[in-house]
Order: sequence, then structure tokens, then C-alpha cells
Amino acid sequence: MIYAYFLGSIALVIAAQRFSEPRVRRLLYGILVIALLGAPLLDRNDATFNVLADAGIFVLLALGLNIVVGFAGLLDLGYAAFFAIGAYTYGMLASPQFGIHIPFWILLFLAAGFAALFGIILGAPTLRLRGDYLAIVTLGFGEIVPQIFQNLTQYTGGPNGIGALDFPTFFGRSFGQSAMPYYYVVLALIALGLFFAHNLRDSRLGRAWMAIREDELAARHMGINTTAIKLAAFALGASFSGLAGVVFAAKLSLVSPDLFGFQVSVLIVSMLVLGGMGNIAGVVVGALVLVLVNNVVLPQANTLAAHAGIHVDFTNYHFFIYGAILVAIMLFKPEGLLPSRQRKEELRHAAT
Amino acid sequence: MLRLEGVSKRFGELAAVSGLSLEVQPDTISAIIGPNGAGKSTVFNMITAIYRPTSGKIFFENARIDGLPTYRIAALGIARTFQNIRLFSYMAALDNVLAGEDAHLRARIWDSAFHTPRQRQEEIEARDRARELLRFVGLEGVTHTYASNLPYGSQRRLEIARALASRPKLLLLDEPAAGMNPREKHELGELIRAIRERGITVFLIEHDMGLVMTISEQITVLDHGERIAHGTPAHVRNDPRVIAAYLGTPAA
Repeated sequence: MIYAYFLGSIALVIAAQRFSEPRVRRLLYGILVIALLGAPLLDRNDATFNVLADAGIFVLLALGLNIVVGFAGLLDLGYAAFFAIGAYTYGMLASPQFGIHIPFWILLFLAAGFAALFGIILGAPTLRLRGDYLAIVTLGFGEIVPQIFQNLTQYTGGPNGIGALDFPTFFGRSFGQSAMPYYYVVLALIALGLFFAHNLRDSRLGRAWMAIREDELAARHMGINTTAIKLAAFALGASFSGLAGVVFAAKLSLVSPDLFGFQVSVLIVSMLVLGGMGNIAGVVVGALVLVLVNNVVLPQANTLAAHAGIHVDFTNYHFFIYGAILVAIMLFKPEGLLPSRQRKEELRHAAT
Repeated sequence: MLRLEGVSKRFGELAAVSGLSLEVQPDTISAIIGPNGAGKSTVFNMITAIYRPTSGKIFFENARIDGLPTYRIAALGIARTFQNIRLFSYMAALDNVLAGEDAHLRARIWDSAFHTPRQRQEEIEARDRARELLRFVGLEGVTHTYASNLPYGSQRRLEIARALASRPKLLLLDEPAAGMNPREKHELGELIRAIRERGITVFLIEHDMGLVMTISEQITVLDHGERIAHGTPAHVRNDPRVIAAYLGTPAA
């Protein structure tokens, strides 16, 4: 059943992108939205919506990282750091840790702001760097942030993290253990994320990002303040993962440093590469495919293998499997499953 | 309008430009010429702050501009094109020109994020201006073509349109005729005159003597980073030092 949700969503997004006729496109997206909103009325299986909410969190992360990497062309390999900052904001301000219990809805926006602020703080020293050098420094930040949370034991609970986080409430009713409310929160946040991502892309700011991605020196000669524009990309991209972090922490009712390691940053970058960097619908598809593999296919493969009497833990091979998927994509469709027009052309030219 | 006072640029032991002084008068077409390696592009690169002069001062409309960042200089009203075309390759021609307008757009981050009425109105007006500029340089048919897919001559024109979009008072053209055939060169000359008619001062580097001599009012000649002549085309053409720089000194 869970496959129906993932494959159905992926198929509808890909189909909608194939039609340039806006009415057909709107119809297909309309069907997708109604199906996703209505699904819990027919399907009462909470485990399904638990996986879907996780998938949604990664969609949000992919949308955020796409602003930095896809739009502005700044390769950030430490994006999970901002996810961690969002999650720890909730962990520290809505738990018995300090006895502070700020409501979920307020923290959602506070964490987005915090993550954006750290986006600026971490972005500022890297602005002179480009390409590979930028990637290496952001990779370093991605390692430092979870380390700090691990070592500030008296504030963050160290390696054990912080548990027993508050359940969010909605008009006085607690979310409780159910995944359903998170599913709807994530859907709402994705809608918000899509709104901002589209608006930013088709605006003065989006154009300036693309200009610095194409030629930073020329962009400066157009009067574009490249420093400010890059910081805006880091801040706005990070704010998405701040939101994602709060929902993730609240849903798990736990934060710990090992949840935000390098593999999470790599996973999100892989989603962009797989789906089609720079294209909003593409990165959504990329996120759905990799979550499907990671959270559904691999655990099921384990169960099947166990039935057959083979004891392998396929989830341990997830890096191998991403690697294989990425190699296959690079060989057969280097622009990604749903590329942006730019990227398709760029790679076509690079090949000739 | 633009004044360089004793400007020098050294790269280690190499003196690319030494003690150069020159002045570009408003509403003129002026040129710098000189053999390869004379330091012409270095002069442009100092004006737009890609390089910082080792010594000397640069003034634009009587305000000192050396030391300002490139984007501020662009906003003050100096636009340029590049010797090796630097368009935004994978952006449509129209978007290239729109990016050129950036310094004059007022939309803030939240306007971009929410598409406020103000930003929508501004975008409509910006698009109209960009289309007008594409028409002006003769590229009305390729609005949605990627810059990298345009033929070479059109790319040069698009770069000029993009520079004009920033509403410059002074336009620097770095070898605009490079790689053009005689007809394209002629059309380029017409275009440069039309730009001056719009009240924009043009300052160009060019190797094509036919073009330079017909359109320029003032010419500065550089050789080995030093100014060896300055004046009208007729004056410069007959200057023995210029002839020597281009043809070599006759054996004594």
C-alpha cells in the first residue's frame, strides 16, 4: 500500500511536468493534492503516514538545499547542520531539559529564523570560496555542528541527546503518538515551501542567483551585490531545514547528534542530483525516490531475506545502493530524472 | 567624466600600466588602442575594480571610485562588456538583460518571496524595458533563446544590451568588434553611434583601426603600459611614436 502513495505521487509529478498545457498540469496536481489530503480518511494505517511524514520532511530539506545548490550554484555539503539546528531548537526549548516549554507552532518559526541566522553566520566566511573549496568548508561545518551538540553535554545531553520532547498541541488537543497530525503539518509546510521556492525562482532574487551561478564576475558588473545575494541563498535555504528539523524532532520526540551526520547531507545532495538539480518538481521526485528506497524497500528486503533464511541487513548497504543509483543516473540520465531546462542544455553542450 | 590620475598597476616585476593619466569627456566616443600586451584591458579592469591600482587615482564624475567594490561602481553608472564574452550562458537572452537591470530594481527579499504587487509591477516594467533594449541592439527575435545558443555576433550584441540595461552613463566596450566580419563591424559602428545618441559616453578598446578611426573622437595610445600619444584620430595616426609602436622603429 505504501508503494501506491510513493509511486502514485512520483508518477503524477512526472506526468504533470511532461504536459506544458497548464490546464492539464493543474488538473494532475489537483488530483495529487486531493489524494494526499484525503488519504487518511480511507487509510487508517498510522505506520504508512509515519513514513510519508518522514518523506515529506526530506522533500522540505531537498527544496531548501535546492535554493543553495540548484539556484545559486553554491555546493553545500553540510546542509544537515541546519537541520540539526532546527531540531535542537525544539529539543532545548520544548522539553524537560531546561523546563522550557514553548509551543510547537512558535518554535517552528523561531527555528526557521535561527537556522537562517546560522546560515548567515556559516555562510559569511565561505563567501570568497567557490566550487570545490566551498564544498570542503561546508562539509567541515556539517561535521562541526553535530560535534558541538555532542560535546556541550550540560545543555544538549551529549551523545544521548534530549528525549521526552513535548507533544505539539493543536487548539488544545495533543498530537500524541499518532503520525497523522505530523503528516498534515508536513504537507502544509511543503505547500509553503513550494510557494516560496517558485516565487523566489521567478523574481529579482532568483535571477540574481542564477546570474552568480553562471558568471559571478559578470554578475558583479551588473551591480549585483554578490555577497548579500549568496548570504540570502544560505539563509533562505537554511530556514527550510529549520522547519524540517522542528517537525522531525517533535515527531521523534528525541534529538541526538548522530541523527544529523554527514550521511544526511549526502542523502539530500543525492536527492537533488537524482531528481534534477535546480528544478523544483525534480528535487521533490528525487526526495521521494530515495526515501522510498531507504525507508521502505530496504527494510522490506530485510524481511524477505529473513523469510528466506538469509540474514543480511540491507539497510547497512544504503550507501552502496545510493552510490549505485547515482552511478546509473550519471551514466544514463546525467541531468537527473526531471531536469531543469538549463541543466539539460548545459550537459548537452558539455557532452558535445 | 572619467579621469585617471597617474594610475599604475604592477604584477610582481611586471609594470602592466605605468603612471597613466587620461580623461574621457562626456558625450564622446573615446578609444584606447595599442599593441597586444600594452595594458589596455588592465585599464578597464582597474576602472571596474577587478584590479586595484598599485598607485594613482580614478575619478568618475569627480568622485573617487578606486577602492569601491565592482557592484557599487556599476551602480554609479559604469557598465562594460568583456573581451572574451561573459554572458549568463544558460539564461534566456531576456533574462540576461533583466539581470543587467538589477541595480535599478527595488524588490527586496520579501517582495521576491511573496511576489508582492510592487514586485509584479516592477517585473512587468523591467520586462518592457528589456524587450526594448533587445530591439535596440537588433535581437528582438531571440528573446527566449539561451545566450550560449546565439551566434557569436548576436552574443556580442546581447552583451551590449545587458550592459545598457544597467542604465550606464559610461559604457566600456572591450574589443567589441573582435571576430566580426566587415558587415558586422559596420553595423557595430552604427550601434555605438546610436548608443552615444542616447546620451551615453562610450569608451572602447579596439584593434580594428578602420572602426576606431571612423567612430572615435579621442584616442589614447598605450604601449608597454605607458601613454605614448593622445588626441584626435588624425593626430594619433601621424604620430611617429605610434607608428613606431605598431611597426617597430626603423633600424638606425
